[in-house]
Amino acid sequence: MRIMDLVNALPGSVAQGLIWGIMAIGVYITYKLLDYADLTVDGSIGTGGAVAVVMMLGGAHPYVALLCATLAGALAGLVTGLFHTAFGIPPILSGILSQLGLYSVNMRIMGASNRAINVNQYDLILSLRDIPHAILVSVLFVAATIAVLYWFFGTEVGRGIRATGNNANMSRAQGINTNIMIVIGLTLSNALVGLAGGLYAQYQGSADVNMGRGAIVIGLAAVIIGAVLFGKLFQNFALRMLSVVFGAVLYYVVIAVVLWLGLETTDLKLISALIVALFLAIPYLRGRWTIRRIRRGA
Amino acid sequence: MLELKNVYKTFNANTINEKRALNGLNLKLEEGDFVTVIGGNGAGKSTMMNAISGVWPLDDGKVLIDGQDVTKLADYKRAAYLGRVFQDPMMGTAADMEIEENLAIAYRRGKRRGLGWGIRAKEREEYRELLKALDLGLENRLRSKVGLLSGGQRQALTLLMATLKKPKVLLLDEHTAALDPKTAAKVLEISDRIIAENHLTTLMVTHNMKDAIVHGNRLIMMNNGEIILDIRGEEKQKLTVDDLLHQFSVVSGSEFANDRALLS
Repeated sequence: MRIMDLVNALPGSVAQGLIWGIMAIGVYITYKLLDYADLTVDGSIGTGGAVAVVMMLGGAHPYVALLCATLAGALAGLVTGLFHTAFGIPPILSGILSQLGLYSVNMRIMGASNRAINVNQYDLILSLRDIPHAILVSVLFVAATIAVLYWFFGTEVGRGIRATGNNANMSRAQGINTNIMIVIGLTLSNALVGLAGGLYAQYQGSADVNMGRGAIVIGLAAVIIGAVLFGKLFQNFALRMLSVVFGAVLYYVVIAVVLWLGLETTDLKLISALIVALFLAIPYLRGRWTIRRIRRGA
Repeated sequence: MLELKNVYKTFNANTINEKRALNGLNLKLEEGDFVTVIGGNGAGKSTMMNAISGVWPLDDGKVLIDGQDVTKLADYKRAAYLGRVFQDPMMGTAADMEIEENLAIAYRRGKRRGLGWGIRAKEREEYRELLKALDLGLENRLRSKVGLLSGGQRQALTLLMATLKKPKVLLLDEHTAALDPKTAAKVLEISDRIIAENHLTTLMVTHNMKDAIVHGNRLIMMNNGEIILDIRGEEKQKLTVDDLLHQFSVVSGSEFANDRALLS
């Protein structure tokens, strides 16, 4: 348990956190803005990774492959949105259905449960072989994502999506087609998840059919950690998204520490679940504690 | 301006909880009519409002707004013609969005929403003026989240949002019922002013008989999903609460068994 092992592991955690931060912004859009717990994420991140890797193995330019990964994610979100709005399936279930179906889709795309892409043979956008470079690239992607979304959620449609998540009743009374807003929101969210999947597959040099398992929990962890730690400080919408990315980075730092303490990588799912449970509990317990203190004072 | 023709609506049909909420309802509002609606609990007042708004499909009948048949139009499409204020102050505004954002959303009611910026600078001036006229100190809080406002302020804002784009019909569904008496009076005063200034055709449900008499040019009373009393003009001005209670027992053949209505 040498401290230097941990220090050496941290840059990798930061890079990973930044990439997953883009996915977490996607989760933020559905979970926080739309008030829709979308579980498509676990499947669509794998779809993004699969599409990116398979296309690059087929000779596509890395950026074209990344664009297609984004579009593939968007398509997955669109399907979930239609499950819910056109067929009346409840939000959680429509996400679960997409997620389940996407497992087969991802297998079809890759033709195997795992496809590797060698950084020496392909011109990857980023790779864990060069972590400083990977951090730089992911910072640029994060910045671009936040900038575009800041613009989008300020437009008439963007504000319509936020109003839909905030008060669907009011939105419809004001002439907003809430179903379309939900579909757009889910599509946009999963486009970001697909993008993150494409980036992550390049970063680790492979796409895996299981790479998305538990992704929604990591996304939620990032959103919630960001809200609990920076919620008071970051009021502006762009800063809110940034806090989600910080949340994702912190999550991976915590994971690095846990691994350094000697836990197995297979223990990580449990750790993730506990981290999310902990950070979900904090605002609740804090509220109860305050009430109790007020009662005692009165 | 607004016409309901033979409207039927039954909830939980063919179950033990079956409730015939609207029972062949007919109503016609002329342009500029300000109609107050009273009736006991379960009389069908809110159901009528929801039938006009298109919250769910009708079992039978037609809804016409300005001569156009909107019976098959989804609620968000009908919103182009309607301004709505609800009983619950939480229902009419988006709490996590700013005052000016809420207004900007209302400003675009009935228009296609595109990728243009959601609020333009010159709108802000207009909003500031309109908020100032409310006299609630909101004109300097354009960037405040609506969730920070009191119930009365939220209702006044909802009223403003409902009338920002002049609606063909304004629907007020017990919009002061959740407020304290003083705030309720203030919101009613604002409603009167906005309705008069814009010459709005209005339907206002209320539990307060005195309000129903004092406001508007026409009063209807509902019972069992039908209109059982329709009084207008001079005749309405002479009405008293006692008259209404008496009328109710005569027309419906039962006492107005509603504490809220009796006490007010």
